[in-house]
Amino acid sequence: MSPLAATFRRDFALMWGAGGGAMAPLGFFLGAATLVPLAMGPEHALLMAAGPPLVWVAAALAVLATLERLFQADLEDGSLDQLLLSPAPVEMIVLTKGAALWCAIGLPIALAGAPVAIALQAPLEFVPAIVLSLGLGMAGFIGAGLVGAAVTASVKRGGVLIALIVLPFFAPPIIFGSAVASGAGFGPAFLILTGCALAYAALGPIAAAAALRLQAE
Amino acid sequence: MLSTLANPARFMQLSAWLAPLFGVIAVVLFAIGLPWALIYSPADYQQGETVRIMYVHVPAAWWSLAIYGFMGVASFVGLVWRHALADIAARAAAPIGATFAGLCLITGSLWGAPTWGTWWEWDGRLTSMLVLFIIYLGYLALWSAIEDEERAARLAAILCLVGLINLPIVHFSVVWWSTLHQPASVFRPGGSAIDPAMLGPLFTMAFAYMALFATLLFANMRAAINRRRVEAARLRGMSAA
Repeated sequence: MSPLAATFRRDFALMWGAGGGAMAPLGFFLGAATLVPLAMGPEHALLMAAGPPLVWVAAALAVLATLERLFQADLEDGSLDQLLLSPAPVEMIVLTKGAALWCAIGLPIALAGAPVAIALQAPLEFVPAIVLSLGLGMAGFIGAGLVGAAVTASVKRGGVLIALIVLPFFAPPIIFGSAVASGAGFGPAFLILTGCALAYAALGPIAAAAALRLQAE
Repeated sequence: MLSTLANPARFMQLSAWLAPLFGVIAVVLFAIGLPWALIYSPADYQQGETVRIMYVHVPAAWWSLAIYGFMGVASFVGLVWRHALADIAARAAAPIGATFAGLCLITGSLWGAPTWGTWWEWDGRLTSMLVLFIIYLGYLALWSAIEDEERAARLAAILCLVGLINLPIVHFSVVWWSTLHQPASVFRPGGSAIDPAMLGPLFTMAFAYMALFATLLFANMRAAINRRRVEAARLRGMSAA
């Protein structure tokens, strides 16, 4: 089996098995989204105007929650050194870890975005665009999150630090994703979101790999 | 010239007199610039006296961006050439840049309240400047969180370089989006749009901020180098004992 396939299988199994499949991140996503109408009040008109974009905030928080142990566990038990020794480029290994994270957590959250958006009073015709944009947005969040996780891998209980580092980079996907959720559909906002997500997904592993090489020294 | 500064011992010799010199220059320039800006410059035809906040707000904004650029260059040099002085320079510049960014945001808010009627707006320029401030905080937090100084320097350098993308976003935010914040008035194609009578105090304050940055940067760097020397001496003493 190629090193990348092995990495993917390992990381997917680790993330999937950690809390009953995608149950934990989905539960977090649902809980965070529930805070929105609790904070805004259940008034229908207000929720319809402002509710759907807040699914993006819940998704971003769900990603932040999973980042802390991403590389830290590997650093602690020595598998990071093994990953750096593998014949595959470290950047590709990190990209594969990100892909596994997307499959295990990003994709379920994107799909769960449909009922959550409806619960936040999004009109039905917005939902396909919301789900697709969430899928792309999660890829972007994960790409940026990989850099934050790699750079803080040696910091104990670095969860808050990761959030501080990574939140500025979450801003563009959230800005354009929220525009899609508010009804911009598959227009320019969606295209910019796609570009941003792909850029993060492509460039994040490069920076993360550089940081991981430093962590293992 | 930079390579002569690169030797830490030479840097300490040079900064021993250069830092106080910049300090004196800063004091002089502020002594000239502040009264000129706050009292003797003309009031704006629209904004009246509130325009005087510009002389504090604009140089702080310029320098918060420039200092981040400086940190980016220092981070790159430290990462590629593994030069300890570059790492020290980046770390030393960060709190100064963060303070200037915070000053820019606060003075901008105070300026916006009477002129725009709002303390804050989520337009392109203000949001991207706030993002810059948060990136500064993240950089400082990362340095503090990692015990090994060399590793902290390298990892923070990566973070700083990743954050450089925000600099063109801040600069062009007033071009790309129709924002509440006014477009570029000084450094723009076609020359400055500000009355020349205001450019004098503005640039004096800008140079005053620069001298202040240089003084504080050298002071921070000297303190960091001295701290490392003390630490090295302590370790030598422990191993000898």
